[in-house]
Amino acid sequence: MPNGQATPLTSTAGGAPVSGSVRSPVVAGWARTGAIVTSRRRWLVLIGLLVASVVVVLVSSCFGAARVSGRDLLAALLELVTVGRIDGAVDETTGAILFQIRLPRVLMGFLVGGTLAVVGAALQALLRNALADPYVLGVSSGAALGVALAMLLGLGTIAAVVSVLPLWGFAGGLMALILIYRLAQSHGRLPIHSLLLAGVILNAMLTALIMFITSIMDPARSAGLIAWLMGSLTPQNWTGLAGIALYVAIGGLALLYQAPALNVLTQGEDTARSLGIDTERIKQRLYVLTALLTGAVVSVSGMIGFIGMLIPHAVRMAIGSDHRLLMPASAFVGGMFLVLSDTVARTAFAPAEIPVGVVTALAGGPFFLYLLLWRKDRMV
Amino acid sequence: MVTQVLSRSDDGQVTTAAILAVEKVSFRYSLSQFGRPWTIEEASFDVAPGQVLGIVGPNGSGKSSLLKLSAGLLRPESGIIRLAGQAIGNLSPLAIARTLAFVPQEQAHEFPFTVAETVLMGRFPHRQAGWWSMGMEAEREEDLSTAHRAMVEADVVELADRLVSDLSGGERQRVMIARALAQEPRILLLDEPTAFLDLNHQIELCSLIQRLAKERSLTVVLVSHDLNVASLLCDRVLMVKDGKICAQGTPVETIRPEVLRAVYGCDVVVDSHPQRGVPRVTLGVVQ
Repeated sequence: MPNGQATPLTSTAGGAPVSGSVRSPVVAGWARTGAIVTSRRRWLVLIGLLVASVVVVLVSSCFGAARVSGRDLLAALLELVTVGRIDGAVDETTGAILFQIRLPRVLMGFLVGGTLAVVGAALQALLRNALADPYVLGVSSGAALGVALAMLLGLGTIAAVVSVLPLWGFAGGLMALILIYRLAQSHGRLPIHSLLLAGVILNAMLTALIMFITSIMDPARSAGLIAWLMGSLTPQNWTGLAGIALYVAIGGLALLYQAPALNVLTQGEDTARSLGIDTERIKQRLYVLTALLTGAVVSVSGMIGFIGMLIPHAVRMAIGSDHRLLMPASAFVGGMFLVLSDTVARTAFAPAEIPVGVVTALAGGPFFLYLLLWRKDRMV
Repeated sequence: MVTQVLSRSDDGQVTTAAILAVEKVSFRYSLSQFGRPWTIEEASFDVAPGQVLGIVGPNGSGKSSLLKLSAGLLRPESGIIRLAGQAIGNLSPLAIARTLAFVPQEQAHEFPFTVAETVLMGRFPHRQAGWWSMGMEAEREEDLSTAHRAMVEADVVELADRLVSDLSGGERQRVMIARALAQEPRILLLDEPTAFLDLNHQIELCSLIQRLAKERSLTVVLVSHDLNVASLLCDRVLMVKDGKICAQGTPVETIRPEVLRAVYGCDVVVDSHPQRGVPRVTLGVVQ
């Protein structure tokens, strides 16, 4: 390349008043005005959200059909940490309520809410649309169909140790997600109306299949299935929690790893590819990871809707679109949101419980409609 | 063929001076229909470093497809495209992105990214973080200063903290060019860069492109439907009609009434630009 050694853009001094060593004022300015999110700011936000999450989880654990006082909770926790077991700080019933019922449920709620929010953020980048949500698009229904099918055939567990229901959910969710993408895509674009329409149709068909399964099941088991489908966090135990936490940790970390690529993917397919993204490969990865996470949470909590759309949207308004902060922050906020929703579900009509899916749908549905109406012009 | 001027790859030899060489490339959309006509048929051209090449032609003639083929975004059915001597089909997307930047005609702005964040995305192909960073790595010093320099070049430094979705068309176009420059490319591909711009923004953009070509010896390939912009801006012009390149050469050689009649099928008046002497196209008498 005799003539081809074009001078790289960087090495020429040119007329630009800036050279290599002037970073500080520029970047300080950018950080100050919020033009970029520095990693310092990122960690501060995340630590703040972590603290808030701990508070929300602890406070929520006190509420339910039976109230536990904050003092009892702290005393029991302190004893658990120092002595290693509950020994006299609270009476046996309170201890059992707290550690066998309340905490596993609240922590599961946190896990489920956080996962749904992260999945929503990833789907929104994948589909380049801020209204994407695993529930609205039918990914949750696909996962639920997989789980219901496994329940019908009695294939829920292998050797009664590990629950493989999440994997059935994964298979169903993956099928739904690929169908949605294929149905909605036209000429390399994903118009919002075809996405929503494809989601509506797919949801209707999958729901019909699920209803078919519940109708041929024996009534005793189908009642449990229907309660689960409505979106519920009961009952939970530590083993189930640990199993789901494993799926969520693997899927969530792998998804977080894609954050810089997700940023670029939002700019459109041609731009992403011209910036060096192998779009086909990353789409496949995102299909697999979001379906795995959706399958895992649907298998324990059924159909909890709108968190995946509501939370990333709200978080984006507050801290911007950079997925390196958006995804972990959405996880915390989504977790807190579902924990609080579940607290409402437990206490609002106590001793009766409302399915938590009803609470989130009543909170998220209107927000969805508001976005659809208010931002209609920008959604096409 | 109307005219065939200045085509160095006629003999099939790879000219080493060319940074981008397109050799006998044919392409059509939709593999299923074999009866379909070619979108691009047997196209050959090359670009030397620092050159500004304009691709012009009627709507639907295949201009944008030719540009996307050159960017490696579309795969040719036959023929070969060489980027700095290497077949583009053998290069990874990241390797292409470190040499060539592409600015599409329209751009998704669904998500509220700031201008600085958008320009920094141009550093993606130069990312060096390992898996242990879990995707959470911070921008390096070098990325920030390169992005800043690109923003100075494209005159968008003042917009750093604004949201791209809130900008005007001209500002947005400059942001996209700044992002492309942050890639530190040797070739810049632009699809209809002046399409939605006011007169003043068109002039700004043209002078920016010329400055980059002259001062940075950046190679520029642009698609335009504006013959006067192409005439003023480009060292060479490709005329495309029905997927075929039917004329290539300097603006003086290609922007001529008989060529334009053959390509566009209408009569126009071509005279000289009063200041620059390059061809100037005016609509003929309309009855």
